[in-house]
Amino acid sequence: MRDVAVVGFTQAPNVRSTSGSSTGVEMLVPTFQEIYRQTGLGKTDIDFWCSGSSDYLAGRSFSFVSAVDAIGAFPPIIESHVEMDAAWALYEAWVKVLTGEADVALAYGFGKSSAGTLRRVLSLQTDPYVVAPLWVDAVSMAALQARVGLESGTWSERDMAEVVVRSRAAAKDNPRAQLSGDHTVEELLAQEAYADPLRKHDCPPITDGASAVVIAAGDRARELCDNPAWITGFAHCTDGQSLGGRDLTTSPSTTAAGSAAGLNGAGVDTAELYAPFSHQEIVLRRALGLDDRVRVNPSGGALCANPMFAAGLVRIGEAASRIHRGESARALAHATSGPALQQNLVCVMEGQH
Amino acid sequence: MGKQLAAVIGTGQTHHRAKRTDVSMAGLCREAVDRALADAGMELTDIDAVVIGKAPDLFEGVMMPELYLAEALGAVGKPLLRVHTAGSVGGSTSIVAAQLVQAGVHQRVLTLAWEKQSESNAMWALSIPVPFIMPVHAGAGGYFAPHVRSYIRRSGAPEHVGRIVAVKDRQNGCRNPYAHLHDTDISLDSVAESAMLWDPIRYDETCPSSDGACAMVIAAEDVADASARAAWIHATAMRTEPTTFAGRDQVNPQAGRDAAAALWHDAGIKDPLSEIDVAEIYVPFSWFEPMWLENLGFADEGGGWKLTECGATALDGSIPINPSGGVLSSNPIGASGMLRFAEAAMQVRDAAGEHQVPDARTALGHAYGGGSQFFAMWVVCADKPAD
Repeated sequence: MRDVAVVGFTQAPNVRSTSGSSTGVEMLVPTFQEIYRQTGLGKTDIDFWCSGSSDYLAGRSFSFVSAVDAIGAFPPIIESHVEMDAAWALYEAWVKVLTGEADVALAYGFGKSSAGTLRRVLSLQTDPYVVAPLWVDAVSMAALQARVGLESGTWSERDMAEVVVRSRAAAKDNPRAQLSGDHTVEELLAQEAYADPLRKHDCPPITDGASAVVIAAGDRARELCDNPAWITGFAHCTDGQSLGGRDLTTSPSTTAAGSAAGLNGAGVDTAELYAPFSHQEIVLRRALGLDDRVRVNPSGGALCANPMFAAGLVRIGEAASRIHRGESARALAHATSGPALQQNLVCVMEGQH
Repeated sequence: MGKQLAAVIGTGQTHHRAKRTDVSMAGLCREAVDRALADAGMELTDIDAVVIGKAPDLFEGVMMPELYLAEALGAVGKPLLRVHTAGSVGGSTSIVAAQLVQAGVHQRVLTLAWEKQSESNAMWALSIPVPFIMPVHAGAGGYFAPHVRSYIRRSGAPEHVGRIVAVKDRQNGCRNPYAHLHDTDISLDSVAESAMLWDPIRYDETCPSSDGACAMVIAAEDVADASARAAWIHATAMRTEPTTFAGRDQVNPQAGRDAAAALWHDAGIKDPLSEIDVAEIYVPFSWFEPMWLENLGFADEGGGWKLTECGATALDGSIPINPSGGVLSSNPIGASGMLRFAEAAMQVRDAAGEHQVPDARTALGHAYGGGSQFFAMWVVCADKPAD
């Protein structure tokens, strides 16, 4: 297979509500400008574009069509779109580069969660015949998962609070984080329940945002970046959706994706995990076999900024950036989609290939 | 390691109808999947990855429905990718599935495109106001009618050309057991007498609203070598341009011309009119046949209608277009593009039954979407690429 590396990453400010429209254009134009500056590329240097977004989040059909205006797609471009988090758009772009049809590709994602009531919008991802009519919302589904873990003794409320303390503290070094700060476990455990057993800090903030990642093949990657983050494994996998049919304390599809990406539990020093809810980080660490030596979510993770349909791509960008800066030798990034970690993606990257 | 060969070794589709109330969304999809797997001689357990496409989620009222469909589609424990590129999505989805094989990532990919329009209301779903964009509130027909009028003015095409396409595609559809419409009584006169919907597009020159699905199994070379009938993928192309900008040619869009030029180049085709044996082209309104014949390079600008008028595009003509009946006979929107790609594969696999073009060796599958701004196409052949 061709050697392919992440060579650039940018994200829009992560904010509770942007004044821009749900087309994403106002967030994407500056994001593209910044990644052009960072890589020295212009739009005609990009051989393939792929985006991730959601019509339901934007409250319209064809959410990606207006976003193409942010590119200025004339002369015409080679472009595709997934109705998924943009981490999967990057996956499609990676496949395109592997075929040899493209050398440089840009993946981007965007979402204006503030345009609707996010937890209710996401409830429409459930089975339309027997689950969606109950309006079980996204936070409640995560709460059910947290409850299963508590009742089974797989994790404790203290374990969950510790994830939040560490994430919020790490986010102090991330200028793009929406939430950050120093907290104690005791202080957090004193908070009242929001969706029992979840407290508000166990849940991600609602975020409007966008992100972009550039990948390139072989020597082109070395030209564009001093220390490219070479992709050594990239895979994804899905579980079924039925909450009653899954052991929600585990994530078999994460384990399978990690294995397919060549992880085998060994050797990463950094992991950016897309765990929107605190207990989900515990599920993912166990599923991927990450021990305490691995630095998890140095960006603060999705608990500190959760731009829907862009946040999975942010994880890949954040992990790659640490390799670019020489802060990591081998890093893992993870993305998720669907209720209670239904669908999962793992990307393993390393420097000095 | 360069690009690997890939081939279609199984296709399947549903019976397309206005309302498939006899099946759920999962049941509809599974009908196409089971037929494609049977055609390929495979089981779900043989499949490495699943690639799904459909048009906007508002067409059914389910957000990212592949999540809930994962179990029904046999995708659990496998990679599941969901593509959405407007009306071209069935074509784009086929290409993404093919590229997973061409990249060497997977050996056997199941791809599916579907739409169950009866679950919601497409006219409503297409008419939601979007910031900074002038609402048309006329659906696709109202949007495209000015493009058709412009084509007629520019080309000087006589008005009966649209009717010829409508009669031909509906008659072809009568030979296709899966087609939504089996309009045996259609004639040039009946089309001319049908209601004017969006001048100059009459009711009989318009695609139906369908529930339906289409699936294919795309496999790597050594797998396809063991298959009795493989449609080898010689080239694929996709292009995008913005919906609106000053000076845009909506009748003969640059994105379509660029995609076709790249496609013919990569397939080693110098003269598509003589080298392509049969084409399945996305024609939702009759006049798009001559328009796309020009955009694709089968005819010079202004000359597409002459191919249609002289009968060259008929089932027994020199370049049969849409022997399946095309979009004018069945339009499950998200699946319509994949139906074009799959029907092209069926032709070169000699598997098209009553609408088979004799001795078809090289075929084009084509899809477009949005405001004629997204294009996807492929060339498939009975033979492997030379090198």
